[in-house]
Amino acid sequence: MSASGAATRPITDGLFTDGPDGPRLIAGRCAACGGLHFPRGPVCPYCAADGCEERLVGPAGRLWLYTAVGSRPPGYRGPVPYGFGIVELDGGLRVVTRLTEPRLDRLRPGQPMRLVLEALHTDDDGRAVVSYAFRPEAP
Amino acid sequence: MRPVWVAGVGIHAFGRFADRTVTQLGAHAVRAALAEAGVGRGGFQAAFCGTVYGGVAAGHKVLTGLGLSSVPIVNVEAGCASGGAALALGAAQIASGRYDTVLVFGMEKMPRGIIRSSFFEPWREEAGLAATPAYFALRAQRLMQESGVTLDDLAAVSEKNHRHGVDNPYAMYRKALSRDEILASPVVCAPLRLLMLCAPNEGAAAVVLSARPAGPRPVRVAAAALRSHPAGSVLGEHTPMSGLAADAAPTPTELAARDAYETAALGPEDLDVVELQDTDSGREILSAEELGLCPRGGGGDWVRGGGGEMTSSLPVNPSGGLLSKGEPLGASALGQVVHLVWQLRGTAGARQVPDASVALAHTVGRGANACVVILTA
Repeated sequence: MSASGAATRPITDGLFTDGPDGPRLIAGRCAACGGLHFPRGPVCPYCAADGCEERLVGPAGRLWLYTAVGSRPPGYRGPVPYGFGIVELDGGLRVVTRLTEPRLDRLRPGQPMRLVLEALHTDDDGRAVVSYAFRPEAP
Repeated sequence: MRPVWVAGVGIHAFGRFADRTVTQLGAHAVRAALAEAGVGRGGFQAAFCGTVYGGVAAGHKVLTGLGLSSVPIVNVEAGCASGGAALALGAAQIASGRYDTVLVFGMEKMPRGIIRSSFFEPWREEAGLAATPAYFALRAQRLMQESGVTLDDLAAVSEKNHRHGVDNPYAMYRKALSRDEILASPVVCAPLRLLMLCAPNEGAAAVVLSARPAGPRPVRVAAAALRSHPAGSVLGEHTPMSGLAADAAPTPTELAARDAYETAALGPEDLDVVELQDTDSGREILSAEELGLCPRGGGGDWVRGGGGEMTSSLPVNPSGGLLSKGEPLGASALGQVVHLVWQLRGTAGARQVPDASVALAHTVGRGANACVVILTA
């Protein structure tokens, strides 16, 4: 699905982009140590250097760890159960993410995953609230 | 630096107490500790209070109500390690020679259910990425991948701690559970079942620290180390949104343990009894690895070899751990210290570890914060 259009809003600004090539996550890359971090901040969390530049990452990744959340945690209005895990991207960045697949028997460590955008719920203004997630690649 | 001694301890049971305010819980523990130490008004020169949800000037309210104010009172928030942070600050005042007697206490009255925390940005809650048990589950899954831990091992830890908790009159849950019962309880976040997770609750604990030894078997605070996290690990207790696959940074628990062992000039091989963070079954195993009670990656073998059992060479969580006691954030670290002081004095009753003379207390959580306290007698 698309994150653009009047009837949707991103869950927060600065997490992801959506272009002709599909979605990407907006990470920061430190010019001093080369470390990647997400979401992008102005200061490198690993070496405290200023001036991190934007680096778009994804859409391909590999699943590292995963579980499923069966009851709504505080502040969450989306569907349950939902998948929750950590995906490793090229460049060695590990990202905390929703997974589109909550059935754990359909997931395995190291599985190829692909970044997608998905609507979680409709806000009080009638807009679909969109966040990022990873879905398993077809085997 | 001067040695720091425990002059008195006090506790309010951990559980749910609808008819008592957090101030009343704290006052109960403070009065008990001061009475045991024989310390009254004017008898201590500073107080440090650990609490997370206690509100504005929570420690001041306790001491005001007891007519014990006018000394400096500092309220300390360091997540699950709040009480440990208060102890570390209080001990430093005595070690440095600034004060001779310091009151340290911790208290909490937790909301029910999954804990809502102002720690997380609102969007992160809205995205479902602030689900605390899910992070516990990912750490447990990693132990299953890298430390040979099985689902049965996770059940075994909970079974052990609940068995220990039966003998602790200050615990919330005092019922032994079979491994089958634990495994059959509802899945919260796989692999973790409901009976592998501790409950947030209410309680208080207090310790009076002194520059002078007290009692027939005086207990000394040999180290009280507090550390936060270096960046790097996506699984760290600071619960970042990202980390590095090449991460080699030590955890806050490893850092605090290193500091505490060095200060006390002791190592894991010298310990007789340990109370460690067991917010969930996997956390106990991870804590054991990080504290050096077993090798890194050896957690599964540690459990299957009877690690932490009362009959083993190093009993872990003889109080029943947080799994039995519940976790009142600001009080949990000092609750461990109170139980370990009883162990070192030889007054722990049915929970007593024979001839215990070196004890370690460990808490870790949101922040990240980790605290390691070593007590000797």
